[in-house]
Amino acid sequence: MYSKGLRPLAAASVVSLAAALALVFFYAPNDADQGFIQKIFYLHVPLAIVSLCGFIAGGVMAIGYLRSRDGSWDMRSYVAIHLSLVLAVGVLVTGAIWAKGSWGHWWVWDEPTLVSFLIVFLLYCCYQPLRFSIEDPERQARYAAVFAIVAGAFVPLNFAAVRLAQAFSHPRVLTTTGGNMPGEMRLAFYVSLAAMALLFVTLWKLELASKHAKLELKRLRRRLEADLEAEGAAPAVAAPGPSTAAVPAQPMGG
Amino acid sequence: MRRAVGAILRKDLAIELRTRESVPAMVLFSVTVFVLFHFGLGRDSLDGDLAAGVLWVTLLLATVLGVNRLFASERDQGGIDGILLAPIDRTAVFVAKAAVLLLYLAVVELVAVPAFGLLLLGPSLLDALPELLAVVALADIGLAVVGALVAGIASETSARDLLVPLLLLPLLVPVAIGAANASEPLFRELSSAEDLGKWLGLLALYDGVFALVGFGVFDYLLED
Repeated sequence: MYSKGLRPLAAASVVSLAAALALVFFYAPNDADQGFIQKIFYLHVPLAIVSLCGFIAGGVMAIGYLRSRDGSWDMRSYVAIHLSLVLAVGVLVTGAIWAKGSWGHWWVWDEPTLVSFLIVFLLYCCYQPLRFSIEDPERQARYAAVFAIVAGAFVPLNFAAVRLAQAFSHPRVLTTTGGNMPGEMRLAFYVSLAAMALLFVTLWKLELASKHAKLELKRLRRRLEADLEAEGAAPAVAAPGPSTAAVPAQPMGG
Repeated sequence: MRRAVGAILRKDLAIELRTRESVPAMVLFSVTVFVLFHFGLGRDSLDGDLAAGVLWVTLLLATVLGVNRLFASERDQGGIDGILLAPIDRTAVFVAKAAVLLLYLAVVELVAVPAFGLLLLGPSLLDALPELLAVVALADIGLAVVGALVAGIASETSARDLLVPLLLLPLLVPVAIGAANASEPLFRELSSAEDLGKWLGLLALYDGVFALVGFGVFDYLLED
């Protein structure tokens, strides 16, 4: 059910990523101020936007879980946060490279967006430890959902607080909204953003499909074992068939 | 709701008065951290941003101790079963726990802030006192609300002692920003209130948002 539409989606994200890279390197002009290093902006900012949206979407899906108690919403929320965390590592690494290239330091504390992002990253790093230190699966989903909602509410608040703390310290060379970019740069940026969003959705669906398949396999395997036990059958060799052949080296029966 | 909150609050305060576990530990911890900062920074007296930072980082860390113990009696002695069996709104637990933590913090600060003034702060604490009280009050509400929420989230996990600080401290960064920036001009040689409204506004917004979130989600933590 999750793999539906995965193929065209994957194709679309490959095409748009290629188009974005082509636009970034051959169409958008070099930044007059920062030169070539500014090109990392087309990777860094879309990564950051998509990852933050993923965190917040994870919170919204967690609300969906608490309202419906449908485990698939929990799975969606989990995969969204998990993927956003992976993208967030990319954001911090590209941000550090950019900072080194344009300001000469690997980390700058007076760039509020980067600092807020680090705090959000540190918070979400606890999502998996929290989740997997609870054994009961239903309770695990419930607690993870509460965490996802609290953290989702925290994200915008944290950005506001960090921005306030540094309101007068640093002129913003590049606004993330693209307010002062020339047209070519803006086009390249929006295409990159769309490509990154498509990539995120593709990966999200892929991960969901794989998790779903894994669960389904486990369920089938368990049912098969139960059937065999009920029949009092001898090991798998005694009952050869297409379904048992899919269970390699599984100790069966008592 | 009000009676349930009162009952849980009385129970927790009675336990704390008899065992004296959390509050003395938090006070001792705060004073010890002030001593550590004295040696770590190599300074006899602090003022301005350094003073504000030391005071608020210490109070935030002391909060972690209180949050870790907040559900201790429910967890260790099965008190949570009694609460869950009682026909009360589960949100009452959140309100009561936040109120308990708020009281703990108030008592801790009653000792720790004067101790900070005596041990480390260069300028006089008295000049800054009226504004500082407002900052402390708003920051404490934020600490209590988020602390109760995190204590609830972590209470059922197997690694709760590790998870509480890891969850709590990033969530408290806005409190640290607001409280430290509001206190910084108060702790200067010539105490003045600069941008106080902006930072108090931030703290109030934080308190409001997380109080609402807590009201909304806390009962999901106590379902079984």
